[in-house]
Amino acid sequence: MEFLGYFGGVFEPVAFMLLLGGTIGGLILGATPGLSPTMAVALLIPFTFQLEPTQGLILLGAAYTSTVAGGAVSAILLKIPGAPANIATALDGHEMARKGQGAKALHMSFMASGVGGVLGVLLLIFLTPLLAKWALAFGPSHLFWMAILGVTVIGSLDSRSFVKGLLSGCLGFWLSMIGYDDIQGAQRFIFHDALTGGINIIAALIGIFAIPQVIEMFAKGRVPSSISSLNVERQSLMASLRETFMYKRALAIGTVCGSIIGLIPGVGGQIAGLLAYDQSRKFSPDRDKFGTGHPEGVIAAESANNAMVGPSLVPLLTLSIPGSPTAAVLLGGLLIHGIFPGTDLFDNHPQVAWTFINSMLIGQILMVVFGIWISGWAARVSKVPTPIMAGAVLVLSLFGSYSIQQSMGDVYIMLVLGLGMYLLEKFGFSAAPLVLGLILGPIAEANFIQGSMIANAGDGLIDYFLTGTLNLFLIAMVLASMAYSFWATMIHEPRVAASRAAQTKAEAAE
Amino acid sequence: MTASTHRLQHLVPATLIFALAATVTWLSFTREPADAFLFPRIISVVMIGLAAWNFARAALGLARVGTGLSTGLLIRTAPGVAVTLVYVFFVAKWLGFYAASWLACVMIYALYDPTPHSSAAWAKRILVPAGFTVIIYLLFNTLLKVQTPRGIFF
Repeated sequence: MEFLGYFGGVFEPVAFMLLLGGTIGGLILGATPGLSPTMAVALLIPFTFQLEPTQGLILLGAAYTSTVAGGAVSAILLKIPGAPANIATALDGHEMARKGQGAKALHMSFMASGVGGVLGVLLLIFLTPLLAKWALAFGPSHLFWMAILGVTVIGSLDSRSFVKGLLSGCLGFWLSMIGYDDIQGAQRFIFHDALTGGINIIAALIGIFAIPQVIEMFAKGRVPSSISSLNVERQSLMASLRETFMYKRALAIGTVCGSIIGLIPGVGGQIAGLLAYDQSRKFSPDRDKFGTGHPEGVIAAESANNAMVGPSLVPLLTLSIPGSPTAAVLLGGLLIHGIFPGTDLFDNHPQVAWTFINSMLIGQILMVVFGIWISGWAARVSKVPTPIMAGAVLVLSLFGSYSIQQSMGDVYIMLVLGLGMYLLEKFGFSAAPLVLGLILGPIAEANFIQGSMIANAGDGLIDYFLTGTLNLFLIAMVLASMAYSFWATMIHEPRVAASRAAQTKAEAAE
Repeated sequence: MTASTHRLQHLVPATLIFALAATVTWLSFTREPADAFLFPRIISVVMIGLAAWNFARAALGLARVGTGLSTGLLIRTAPGVAVTLVYVFFVAKWLGFYAASWLACVMIYALYDPTPHSSAAWAKRILVPAGFTVIIYLLFNTLLKVQTPRGIFF
């Protein structure tokens, strides 16, 4: 119950204003199609440089929580999910809005998000100290394998191709090695003066997540916007609240699915929402109504994608392994303030850790209140013309990456990585494993070097890294994640080939 | 996109990545001190193995994931990417960050705005980026005290 002692920090004027600003800003950004939660959090990091670590994390955490929930607004009113996590919400939410129940759908989505989110954060509160204590038993070899596991899991689960997922992770590891070696001071892979200090993680994150989205906006061309928003009628809040809690089964399924999915690194909110939607339909006596504007679909999907947020931070805060790309960006935010997750965080910076976690709990409540209040307005913001949005994101990327070290080198790195990532994505590579490799590379290398020094003084490298129960367990997990990905690729690729063949045949027939 | 174009498109990035992996491996095994390149050696061996596998799949036409680049996509994105490159690599330092940002936003808005060119449309294209630039100035200069390079303007 240590966390109860740190609630005061959340209500300090600056911290609370940041929580409020992050929540409202996140809701609006989340409602804007094309702006992903990861990109929103990456673009916010430069604004935290002048803040205390706790305040910076509160801002980033609030944005993370509310962008996921805000995505429901455009999913319901425009049938365009604000983020991949809201895909399942659009299925029934938009149908409800078409039937004139838009306000009810929005109320229910925010209330369900709040319930799922609060329970997810409570899981984070109770699991994190336990795992952090367990992490004390981890030596350099275990931390090395954990870092490798972080990359292989995300490379395997977040990518549609086994080879390209792992290759993306290796590219990330390589990028993390550019610059001066920490121990020997040797120059490594410095092909240009801008790379002398290595690749700054924040500049890289901004480039990798923001620039591809800017180019995607360019790719839409000069096409008039065909987005039409449905009107939001008046609806009693109490009636929505009563009705939300009438669907206890959907709330429970969504929260449980989201919490479990959140704990698995790399799986993400999209899967959580879709899985909860599917399970809720299977267990519902009204399963035939799903897809026609049934509230259970909205409640299950939204409670799941917000329940995922808290647990996705458990591996990050205890073992330094981000559970999702957004968590990886949060790790970048922690590292720039000189804070290393794990036991260090809870032993030496409990104020930072617990105030941040508590702020996420309060943020869930603020998200429900402000989400319901501004959802109609946020839908209007989501119709901002694409070229304005593209220009704004580009300019924010330039200023954000420059402000890290007041260096043009970081700006060039940001743009080059962003353009490279766009091209790589077009050929099936994925950003998440690359970012994980970039962030976990230094952790893996430092522990590998430390481990090899211990091994040289004792049993030798092979015995030190490849024996012991925990090492073997982690190696088995690495191999299992790769085997799963290989199996999934074998199933997925023939389907892609079949659909492409059908498409070519149809084009030829035309 | 025909099957041969698709195969060729996947072959180009696969070749570039293989060349990069080969360069990284060569540098890792030839540069000194060896201790500083121990971890890069391990990663580069895995990387070149995967890059070779990826190249072989692309060469055999088995690379199926990823949509590739179509001519239409290149035509639509080229003007925006050109503005981005000129903005970041040349104009930002030359004109000053704020003036360059305003200009880049006006250019992007004008290039991708579907409304017909009229004085009202141009007024909007100039004033909306100007308003956004003022917000950026207040955020970065006044609030965050970021000293940006001063060019011809500011």
